[in-house]
Amino acid sequence: MTGPDSGGEVHARLLGVTRIFPGATGQQPVHALGPVDLELRRGEFFAVVGPSGCGKSTLLEILAGLQSPTSGTVTFEGQPVTADVPDGIGVVFQEDASFPWLTVWDNAAFGLRRAGAPEAEVSRSVNDALAFMGLQDFARAYPSQLSGGMRQRVCIARTLVLQPRLILLDEPFGALDAQTRLLMGDEVLRLWRRTSATVLLITHALDEAAMLSDRIGAMSARPGRFMDIVETRWPRERDSTIVSETSFGEITGRLWENLRGESIKSLGHSGAGPA
Amino acid sequence: MSRVGVIRLIVVIAAIGLLELACRLGFIDYRTIIPPSEMTTVLVRLLASGELNSDIARTFGVVVIAVAISIVLGFALGLLIHAVPRVRRALDPLLATYYAVPIFIFYPVMVAIFGLSIIPIVLIGIAAAAVAMIIATLNGLDRVPRVLTKVARVHRMGPLDTALRLKLPAAAPHLFTGVKLAVSYGFIAVIASEFILAPAGLGRAIADAYSDFNNRKMYALILLLLVFATCMNMALHAWDLRWSARRGVRPQ
Repeated sequence: MTGPDSGGEVHARLLGVTRIFPGATGQQPVHALGPVDLELRRGEFFAVVGPSGCGKSTLLEILAGLQSPTSGTVTFEGQPVTADVPDGIGVVFQEDASFPWLTVWDNAAFGLRRAGAPEAEVSRSVNDALAFMGLQDFARAYPSQLSGGMRQRVCIARTLVLQPRLILLDEPFGALDAQTRLLMGDEVLRLWRRTSATVLLITHALDEAAMLSDRIGAMSARPGRFMDIVETRWPRERDSTIVSETSFGEITGRLWENLRGESIKSLGHSGAGPA
Repeated sequence: MSRVGVIRLIVVIAAIGLLELACRLGFIDYRTIIPPSEMTTVLVRLLASGELNSDIARTFGVVVIAVAISIVLGFALGLLIHAVPRVRRALDPLLATYYAVPIFIFYPVMVAIFGLSIIPIVLIGIAAAAVAMIIATLNGLDRVPRVLTKVARVHRMGPLDTALRLKLPAAAPHLFTGVKLAVSYGFIAVIASEFILAPAGLGRAIADAYSDFNNRKMYALILLLLVFATCMNMALHAWDLRWSARRGVRPQ
């Protein structure tokens, strides 16, 4: 299935979105994305998978307001997303975005303090977020004293305290080993259930997408377009144990069927473009 | 203390001991160099007498002024240059070759313009130190991870807020390198300027002692500057180590 989706209240919408990067001197412009149409339903967990360089991260950044589309429109809660990141959107990036000069506690408190929240509220929210992410014993530690997975949890906690209604995860577990990724997946599912936020996850890993998501959009090689949108029909209460379900294999099989050819195509694209 | 630190200390003590022995045994003429123990004795006496107080206050006051201005000015200019890539490209070769120019040649010009006051010395101090701070600021800002800029946008931070709350602390290890260089260069420039031409100050006092063949006072003053420079660098290094350890990086 491609194009706009139906069912559930629309939380965010991309309509005819394309992104073309101007080429370097003497080079052709790079058509990275689109046209893409997508409707995210309020409270759903949506994953985007696709070959390297197909424009997945570009799609996320356009939805976040971090990049402007070349054409098309983006709306969040009915309001157009322009050059700024709208209130209510939280983003967790693939790279370690923790602040090494702040303790875990101060990292998590960063956004609330900037927003001028009363110290009592900051304290309550941060302690709550750290406890939720299992970081309460590391509140006074610095990121350099933590593992990569824990630093990513710090970044998630920093996003969580701001109570975003749409959480955008740009391959947040890309740098972690397979076991840690599964466990981090459980953390994200807990986070999603607790916040009732809409989640958009960008990932390379088909198993991760299949385990976490209600729907998975499979993108073509550059310029990225949705070739298929797979509904997983998992119950809301789920965790990493669903990887042993028969239908889990069917979902990843269907995704791979879609993506195999596109991945081969993307390998043929020697000039790497934006991710 | 680490094993490397112990070795370093042994090397310094051995060198001082060797010099002491060479002077005492007459291998080095007393009129050329006096023994380190005598330098220390004379320095303690000079400090106790209060004879050096005004020179010490003047020299260190000028160093503090020159270094403080250099750090603030260097950081501000670094931020500005970094924000305008075209200006950066134009200035990069000039910054890279700046220290090939002996800036002391401009000292007589500054004395001619501003007179024999602390102003020419402060200006030479700034000329020596500020560019190191500009270069360190540019290096630091170049190494701020791009993801932090995205985080700033997610938090809807303006350019100034981003510079002060994210870029400044993220670039801090490199900025601290700039501070260390600015302190060293500023200190050298002030002492050297006083040595060339100044109404007072430790550099001038060393020059006077040299002209008067007063070796004991000259070496005592040199020892004072060496001790001060060593202590200052050790303090900055210790601070750098502490910061770097907290951030999980190696000192720059």
